[in-house]
Amino acid sequence: MAQLKRILAGAMALCMAGAVFTACGDKTSDDDKGGSNGKTTLKDVEPAKAEDLVNTGKKYNIYVWNTEFKERFEKYYWDQRDEALWDGVEVNWVTNPNDDNNYQTKLDEAIKGQNDAADDDKIDMFLVEADYAMKYVNSDAPLDVIGEVGLTKDDLANQYKYTQDVMTDSSGTLKGVSWQATPGLFMYNTEYAKQVLGTDDPEEVQKAVADWDKFAETAQKMKDAGIFMVSGYDDTYRCFSNNVSAPWVTDGKITIDPQIQKWAEQTKEYTDKGFNNGTSLWDENWVAGQKIDGKVFGYFYSTWGIPFCLLPNTLDDPEGEQKEGNGGYGKWKACAGPQSYFWGGTWICGAYGSDNIAITRDIMLKMTCDTATMKSITENEQDYTNNKAAIKELIDGGYTNPFLGGQDHLSLLSDAADKIDLSNKISAYDQGCNEEFQKAMKDYFQGNATYDEALATFKTNITTKYGDLTMD
Amino acid sequence: MKKGISYAKWGYIFLIPFFVVYFIFSLVPILETFGYSFLDYVVSQGQAASIRNPSGGADNIINNGFCGFKNYADVLKSDGIFTLSFKNTTILWLIGFIPQIIVSLLLASWFTDIRLKLKAQGFFKTVMYMPNVIMASAISLLFFSLFIKNGAIDTMLGHPDMLNNVTGARIVVGLINFLMWYGNTTILLMAAMMGIDTSLYEAAQIDGANPTQVFWQITIPLIKPILAFVIVTSMIGGLQMYDVPYLIGGTAGNPVGVLKTMVSQIQLGKNSSVGAVSALSILIFIVSAILGFITLKLMDDKSVKSMYDKKKQPKKINMATSKK
Amino acid sequence: MARIEGMAGETDSQTRLLVRRIVAYVVLCFLVFISLLPFYLLLINATRGKTQSGLKVIPEGLLLRNFRNVFSENFKTNYGSFIRAFGNSIFVSFFTTVLSVYFSALTAYAIHVYDFRLKKPIHTFILIIMMVPTQASAIGLYRMLKGFGLTDSFIPLIIPGIAAPAVYFFMIQYMASALPLEIVEAARMDGCGEYRTFNTIVLPILKPALAVQAIFGFVASWNNLFLPQMLLDKQEMKTIPVLLQMIKANIASNPMTADTGLMNMFMVLAILPVVVVYLLLSKNIVGGVSLGAVKG
Repeated sequence: MAQLKRILAGAMALCMAGAVFTACGDKTSDDDKGGSNGKTTLKDVEPAKAEDLVNTGKKYNIYVWNTEFKERFEKYYWDQRDEALWDGVEVNWVTNPNDDNNYQTKLDEAIKGQNDAADDDKIDMFLVEADYAMKYVNSDAPLDVIGEVGLTKDDLANQYKYTQDVMTDSSGTLKGVSWQATPGLFMYNTEYAKQVLGTDDPEEVQKAVADWDKFAETAQKMKDAGIFMVSGYDDTYRCFSNNVSAPWVTDGKITIDPQIQKWAEQTKEYTDKGFNNGTSLWDENWVAGQKIDGKVFGYFYSTWGIPFCLLPNTLDDPEGEQKEGNGGYGKWKACAGPQSYFWGGTWICGAYGSDNIAITRDIMLKMTCDTATMKSITENEQDYTNNKAAIKELIDGGYTNPFLGGQDHLSLLSDAADKIDLSNKISAYDQGCNEEFQKAMKDYFQGNATYDEALATFKTNITTKYGDLTMD
Repeated sequence: MKKGISYAKWGYIFLIPFFVVYFIFSLVPILETFGYSFLDYVVSQGQAASIRNPSGGADNIINNGFCGFKNYADVLKSDGIFTLSFKNTTILWLIGFIPQIIVSLLLASWFTDIRLKLKAQGFFKTVMYMPNVIMASAISLLFFSLFIKNGAIDTMLGHPDMLNNVTGARIVVGLINFLMWYGNTTILLMAAMMGIDTSLYEAAQIDGANPTQVFWQITIPLIKPILAFVIVTSMIGGLQMYDVPYLIGGTAGNPVGVLKTMVSQIQLGKNSSVGAVSALSILIFIVSAILGFITLKLMDDKSVKSMYDKKKQPKKINMATSKK
Repeated sequence: MARIEGMAGETDSQTRLLVRRIVAYVVLCFLVFISLLPFYLLLINATRGKTQSGLKVIPEGLLLRNFRNVFSENFKTNYGSFIRAFGNSIFVSFFTTVLSVYFSALTAYAIHVYDFRLKKPIHTFILIIMMVPTQASAIGLYRMLKGFGLTDSFIPLIIPGIAAPAVYFFMIQYMASALPLEIVEAARMDGCGEYRTFNTIVLPILKPALAVQAIFGFVASWNNLFLPQMLLDKQEMKTIPVLLQMIKANIASNPMTADTGLMNMFMVLAILPVVVVYLLLSKNIVGGVSLGAVKG
C-alpha cells in the first residue's frame, strides 16, 4: 500500500511538472465563460499610427483551415499589396482542417506558445469562424483592430455592424474584421416552382414560403408532385439556430433553446411526411439534389452558397463554360424564405506578439475596407462582401446575376444582412454544439431513437468534447 | 561451453536501446496519463490562454486536483464512455472477425489441401493481401459512397440504407475490416497448416477420412497455438479500431452512437476532458495488458517455453506480426 | 463386392473433388473481385471530375488533368507540395522501418542468445506491452513532446520504431527456428566480437524475416495518420496521409476548390509506391510469414 502511494505520488508529480497548476477557484470568473457579447459600441481609442507598426519579421504566418481566404488573398490582395512592407517577407499558410475542433486546438497550442516561439514561427494572423469567434474575442490573443493595428473608424464605416458586433468584446474593443457578410436566402429550382406553384417569380414564391406554415403547405404540394421541399435534415437548421433567445452556453451550462427544439420537431415532422430526402449536409445525395432535375425544390444558402456549392453542383458539365444551357445555370432563383438567418462567416484577426503588424494592417485595409476591391470580389466571385457602399454601387448599377436567371439577389441579401442581429446569441462553444446536436438528432429523425434518447447521446458527446460544460 | 555469465552483460547491453526508447516514448507518457486519470482536470475549449499576461497562467486549464477514482467511476457508469465504447468495439470486432476467421480457415485449408491442388495460388494470395496496403481511410471513403443511400451497392440491394441503421452500419464496418485483414489471416493460418506433417494427411486419407473430418480432427488441433495468436492479435487490432468507424459514422458514431469506439472517444475528449479520457486510456491499457497476458498463456507451451529451455522444436509453428 | 464398392467410392470422391475445386475457384474469384474492386474504383474516380455523384465503371477522360493538378502550383499553395510530402513520407517510413527492424532484431537477439537473470521477466514484459495501443498514451505523449519542443519534428515519428514489441516478437520466433546457437558459438571461437557477430553473421541469416517485417513496417508507417496529424503543423513537414486529410476536409468546408477527382488521383499516387513495393516483394511476404514453417 505504501508502495502504491509512492507510485501515485510520483505519477502526480510527473504530471504537475508538465502542467501549470492553478489553485481551485482561481480560474476566470464565470461571467467570461462562454458569455456573450451584447451590442456594444466601439470604444474610442486612438488608432495606432501606421508608421509606428512593427514590421521586422521575415515570415508572415497565417493560420487557416481551408483554402477560401488563401484564394481571395492571392487574387485580390497580392497584386495590390504594399510592396515596401512585403520586401523580404514570405507568406506562410498554416492549414489545419476545421472538423472536430482540430483547427481550434492547433491554434490554441500556437497561441499558448506565442511568447516563446521564434520570430519566424509566431502567428501573425489567424482566421476564426462565427461558431467559435467568441472564444478569441474574449481572449487577449487578437490585436485591437483600431488601437493596435491602426484601422480607423472611418476605414470601418462601410462594414455591416453585425460583423463588428461579433468581434467586439465587452469593453468595446474590436478584435477582428471580415471581408464577407453572410446573410442567407432560400434558393429554389425555377422549373419546379413553375410546375407546382405556377410561377417562378421571386415575389410570388416568397409568398408561398413566407412563414413556416406556408412553407409546410408548399412542401405538401411539392410532395404530391414527387418533389422534396428541402434536401435533408440540416438544411433549415440555421434559420432556427440564428433566432435563438439565448446562446448555447451560459455560465458553463448548455441549454437547448426552444428554437433549436423547434428545428428538431419540425424536421422530424418533415421527415415523417416525406418533405425531405433524408440527406445530411454535403453528402452525395445532398449535392445530387442541386441538379436541375434533382427532385429538390430549394436549398437554404448563405451568400457563399452560390459560388461554392450551388453553381458548381448544378452544372451538367462542371468543367465546361458557365452559361445557360449547362445544367441548372440560369434556372435557380432566390427569395428571402420563412425566417431571416445568416450562415457562416470568417473573420481575420491580427495576433498579439506578431512582428509584422504593418502587413496585418495592409491586408485588413485592402481586403475588408476597400470599396473597389470588395466590389470586384462580389462581381467576380458572387461572394457578398462586407461593404455596404460596394453593394449599393452594384445594386444601383443595375446588378443582375445570370446564374439566377438575371435576378438581382444582392438587394435581397442586403435586406437580410440588415436584419442580422447576433447579440446574446452566440457562445464560444457553438461549433461543437451545432455539430454534435445535428449528428445526435439524425437518429431521432431516422427513427433509430426517441428525442430523449437522442438528447442523451448529445449530452454524453458534448460533455466529453467540452469537459468544462454541464447539461441538465 | 562457457557461454552464460561472461556474456550475460551483452544481453543487457543489447536491450538498452529498446528500453530507453520504450521508457521515453511509451512508459513516461503512460505514467503521465495515469497521473491525469486521478485528477479533476479539464481544458476549457471556450477560452484561449492568456498571452499578454503570462504570469496569470493558462487560464483555460481547470485543475481541481486529486479526485480519487471519480474519473474511473464516470467512464465505467452504465452510460459512461468506456462502457459504451467497449461494447461497441467488441461487437464491431466480432462482426468483422467471425467471417474473417471462417473464410480464412477455409481458404487456408484449400490452399494446403494436397488433393485439391489449386492452381495460381501465388496470384490469389498476392491479391488477397492487397487491400491491406491501402489506407484505411481511402477504403472507408469508397465504401461510404457505395453504401450511402442511392449509392451503387445500396441501389443494387434495393435501398436498405444500411449506413443509417444499426445492424447495417455495423455490417459495413465489419465488411471493411474483413476485406482489409482476411488475406493477412489466411496467410498466417496457411503458415501454420503448412507446418503440419503431410504424412498425417496421407494416413488420414488411407483411413478413409473425409475432408471435414481431416479438418476438425487433424488440422484444427495442430494449428491451435497460431489460431490463438490470430484471435488475440486481431482482438488487439480491434481495440485500436478507429479510422473505419470514424469515417463511416463521424465523431458521434452514428447511427445511435454504435460506431463509437474506444479510440474515437479518446480523440473526442482528449483536448478537453483530460481526466476522464486519461482514465479511459488507462482502462484500455489494462484490458490490453490482460489480453496480452492471455496470449502469452495460450502460447506458452508450444513456442515460448521452448525458447527458455533451448530445446529445438522439431516442427516450429511461426508467428507473424500483430495487426497494426 | 467390396471391390465394386471401392470403385464406386472412387468415382464418387472424384466428382466430389471436382465439385469442391469448382466451389473453391468460384469463392476465390469472388474474393479477388472484391479485393481488387477498391483499387479499380479509385483508378476510375481518378479519371473523373470535381464533383462525382454515383458510381462509374468506365473511365472518363480527366486522368491527365487530375494528375497535372496534383503537381500544380495551385495545389502547392493550397495543401503543400506533393513531392515534398512524398519525400517526407518516404523519409519517415524508411527510417522508422530500418530502425524498427534492426533494433527489434537486436533486442530479440539479446533474449535469444544470452542467459541472464531478467531474461524471462523481460520477455514476458515485452509480450504484454505488445498489446497496448499507442493511443492509450497519446495524452501524456503529446504534452511531453510539447514540453520538449519535439512537435513539428520527425524524431517522435521515427525513434519510437526502436521499441516495436510486435516486430521483436516476430524476430524471436524466427530466431527460435532459424538461428542455431552453434553459429554464434562458432563465431566466438573465431574471436569475433559480440556486436560484430550480430551485424555480420546473424543479420544475414535473418534476412528473410527482416524483409517481411520491413514491408509490414513500411506500409504501417506510410499509412500512419494518428501521430503525424497530432504533431505536424508546418506545411513543409506534413506527410502524405496528413495532406489527404486536408484535401478531404476541404471537400466539406470549401466545396468551391474541393475536387474529388484530384483527391482520388492523390490517393492513387499515395498508394502506388506501397503497391509497387508490395508486388515486387510479395513473394517474400506470402512466403515470409510462413518462413518458420518451411524451414521447420
